[in-house]
Amino acid sequence: MAYSDKVIDHYKNPRNAGSFSKEEENVGTGVVGAPECGDVMKLQIKVENERIVDARFKTFGCGSAIASSSLATEWVKGKTLDEAMTIQNTEIVKELSLPPVKIHCSVLAEDAIKTAIADYRKKQDGSSGGE
Amino acid sequence: MKTPIYLDYHATTPVDPRVLETMLPYFTEKFGNAASRNHSFGWAAEEAVEAAREQVAQVIGASAREVIFTSGATESDNLALVGVAEFYREKGDHIITSPLEHKAVLDTCNMLEQRGFRVTYLDVDRQGMIDLDQLRDSITDKTILVSLMAANNEIGTINPLGRIGAICREKGVLFHTDATQGVGHMPLDVEEMNIDLASYSGHKIYGPKGVGALYVRRRNPRVRLSPIIHGGGHERGMRSGTLNVPGIVGFGRAAEIMRVDYDKEQAHLIELRDRLHQGLARELEQVHLNGHPTERHPGNLNISFAYVEGESLLMGISDIAVSSGSACTSASLEPSYVLRALGVGDELAHSSIRFGIGRFTTIEEVDYTIRRVVEEVSRLRELSPLWEMAQEGIDLSTVKWSAH
Repeated sequence: MAYSDKVIDHYKNPRNAGSFSKEEENVGTGVVGAPECGDVMKLQIKVENERIVDARFKTFGCGSAIASSSLATEWVKGKTLDEAMTIQNTEIVKELSLPPVKIHCSVLAEDAIKTAIADYRKKQDGSSGGE
Repeated sequence: MKTPIYLDYHATTPVDPRVLETMLPYFTEKFGNAASRNHSFGWAAEEAVEAAREQVAQVIGASAREVIFTSGATESDNLALVGVAEFYREKGDHIITSPLEHKAVLDTCNMLEQRGFRVTYLDVDRQGMIDLDQLRDSITDKTILVSLMAANNEIGTINPLGRIGAICREKGVLFHTDATQGVGHMPLDVEEMNIDLASYSGHKIYGPKGVGALYVRRRNPRVRLSPIIHGGGHERGMRSGTLNVPGIVGFGRAAEIMRVDYDKEQAHLIELRDRLHQGLARELEQVHLNGHPTERHPGNLNISFAYVEGESLLMGISDIAVSSGSACTSASLEPSYVLRALGVGDELAHSSIRFGIGRFTTIEEVDYTIRRVVEEVSRLRELSPLWEMAQEGIDLSTVKWSAH
């Protein structure tokens, strides 16, 4: 299979690879996918005043899955949570020129963003509820 | 050392220069049709075909008259299975095989099932071995054929052909083996092992593509086949069509080299295969061998690098040609059916790489491969959330994943 230059670039030079501590108050974590399906993405966001100030990812999966999640971290940085919620997998497909068999990678990346945001919001509700 | 490096010898092999040299005259000045009986062009072609038939027979301990030339092992498998099934239909409708067979056997069995035959797929253990007692117990008075491969193309596991043959002979059923990967890489003797039919091809043994053979036993018992290709009655009526003379000549020379150089080749493959395995296992943790540790093809190394997805690894070592059992590299988007049948788990199937060492592989290439694979597996593990979780001591089998 031929990969687009952008996929290869993200694969070789992944942006924002790594992890934040899950325990941090202002970190939201999304883990999506399953090992037996061949891809698992972990995407984390660091939030200040409803704005994503930093992001990290780790991905087990093919080159397109790595590229999709790497791109997702770039795109969410600087966005408000509401803005980040509007990122569509189709935009990722277009940016990375993913072939049809790799569309599920972009779907997973979109899910990872939404799951991370939901995790952050749940944390905030939990901590405010405790006060 | 030149890149890219070829380590996919189970997929195909380059034509040996000695083979090519033998073939060349048969494209030009010796271009005759082996079926032309009335002039010297035809005689020269026929003579070359018969010499090659002898060479192709000898590599499996057969006699030349028992070898039918085909277009390749896929056709040979089809002819063996369909030919026997149709000819012996009156006698029985039951065939026994294994889920690890090549698709040329499995898809043909599937087609025969649709035509009303019954097929038993034997259980295999974690290392790809069948249970001989189960084989014996599965044979009924309706069984006409047992088809079990010599060496598996993905995991390299070698079937105990001699013992399978003995059971089949005792029970009076025919034994076919797909010997495509086995020829020249393991002991193979149709007399000693009671093999009745054997498929093999040129391009897996440094001969050309597009030519194969089916061994069909002539005596004790005499095996009969219904042809699947009609038109002219070539090859004792079992396979019509003008013979691919240059291909057959090359196949013959390739088989002869495999036979004569057997010991040398075996030693070369095992040395490099073990060097590769040991190098990887020394440098990396969680390197799982797929297939049997000792009963395996000498050039085969199938390894799962846990927590790293196979296709992403292939992408990282793009200057090394290998193949993966990962779903992402297959047309069906399913991980390797062979690894699944072993029960290694889809997760490890997705992480598997097949290295195929061959005649022209060098130590330098193996050492370069070790270095590159170690670098890339290490990098991808740093990027893998599963590796991170495993390092934290989390048992991945207890995690609730969001399947998609």
